[in-house]
Amino acid sequence: MRDFDYIRPATIPDAIAAAAEPGSAYLAGGTNLLDLMKGGITSPERIVDISRLPELSRIERLDDGGLRIGALVRNADLAYDPAFAKSYPAVAEALLSGASAQLRNAATVGGNLLQRTRCSYFYDTASACNRREPGAGCDALGGENRLHAVLGWSDACIATHPSDFCVPLVALDAVVEIEGKKGRRHVTLEEFHRLPGETPQRENALEPGDLIVAVRLPAEAASFSANARYLKVRERTSYAFAIVSAAAALVVDGGKIRAARLALGGVAAKPWRARTAEAVLLGADASEATFASAADAALADASPSGDNAFKIELARRIVVRALMSALSGTPERLPALPASPFSNIPGARHDA
Amino acid sequence: MTSLPITLTINGHRHELEVDPRVTLLDLLRERLDLTGTKKGCDRGQCGACTVLVDGKRINSCLALAVSHDGANVLTIEGVAHGEELHPVQAAFIAHDGFQCGFCTPGQIMSTLGLIAEGQAGDDPERIREGLSGNICRCAAYGGIVEAVLEAQQQLAKADRRTAA
Repeated sequence: MRDFDYIRPATIPDAIAAAAEPGSAYLAGGTNLLDLMKGGITSPERIVDISRLPELSRIERLDDGGLRIGALVRNADLAYDPAFAKSYPAVAEALLSGASAQLRNAATVGGNLLQRTRCSYFYDTASACNRREPGAGCDALGGENRLHAVLGWSDACIATHPSDFCVPLVALDAVVEIEGKKGRRHVTLEEFHRLPGETPQRENALEPGDLIVAVRLPAEAASFSANARYLKVRERTSYAFAIVSAAAALVVDGGKIRAARLALGGVAAKPWRARTAEAVLLGADASEATFASAADAALADASPSGDNAFKIELARRIVVRALMSALSGTPERLPALPASPFSNIPGARHDA
Repeated sequence: MTSLPITLTINGHRHELEVDPRVTLLDLLRERLDLTGTKKGCDRGQCGACTVLVDGKRINSCLALAVSHDGANVLTIEGVAHGEELHPVQAAFIAHDGFQCGFCTPGQIMSTLGLIAEGQAGDDPERIREGLSGNICRCAAYGGIVEAVLEAQQQLAKADRRTAA
């Protein structure tokens, strides 16, 4: 690991000033950053340790019924917060389906949003990667790419965003609260992550020095609590990134869908909000036929970026099954295997 | 980069140290303090062999910079037994053959201590397996590990009841 200066600022303004200098990186839980530094994928000259900044570790109910989650809240603390899990069960389920217990104890809310792709060519410094080294090319194109993107990819980059947490968050209209040199601003999570286009190195809306201080959920996000699930298919039962995942949330009244949210994970360089599918769901009968139409709408623009055409059909099936699971109701307690297709979900088919 | 002063309480002993900021908690334990019970497996957070408790919570010490944990209270496998008397989790791993080669065992035991403290798994083997999925055992002693966790939990609950009575 390359040598670096270590700074532990006492205030948010001090942190922003230090991190605005070129070559700086924020350190919070460190679970992704240290891994990247050990592999030489990133080599910051200055580490700005924000892990002790005051005020960023709180979960606060807002007067307007929303929720504000401090950027330094640990994944495990959020998922196991009883009031949080009751109001936003799909978010808790997504958190607990990600990583391992040890990593969830260290990893933070802000860090989860900022984690880098797990594309193996991004991680292999001997491979060409436009995201790691702009203009170098993309060895994933034409390489081992069965797990790569099927939506929103470009010839410059076909990597996916690996987060589980962000998938239900984007479905529930989460907003990222950012503090920078020019003050504080709010960016929707949907707009926060960028698609690769010609500049895959520009992964999100942050400018140099910008610090995520919180993630907000609007009041309406809690209205889905009775019918919200996260479903994640991976190559082993636990402790693996999603091949495809889906967060589904419904409000159903008299058999009709009164409100619907749907987002996909593992399919694009950002958590993928499926708005055209939501439009299909809204006002329709809450039935498997409706869900299949919504799945078709969600994947209408999908195309394989390599040996991954199977992910498109897999995603359709996962969407249908996630919606069926949401319709059958949020379980009283999360299953032993959160988000797993091997959990027994009443009313859901098991052959997705 | 010059070394930075930090203080750590490790297994109840206070250490005042000067560390290079690049040094992980894992390397500090093993290379500086000769606490080699904590193992370096993958060194990338994937295997769990380096699991320790920091302020009561299990983490991968390979992905923790020592300087960032200045002031922390660390428990490693060396601090688990009471003198010659094994901790109930250690005794249960032996009784149930919860290991074969033993390399992952310190991490498995520290992770089990964290799992029990979290109180989320109860006596459901599936929840225990899921809760320990961050600890790989290449000998695949998983069956014995789950049995050991179940028995250790029972022993600890009994001990709690005795203390409470």
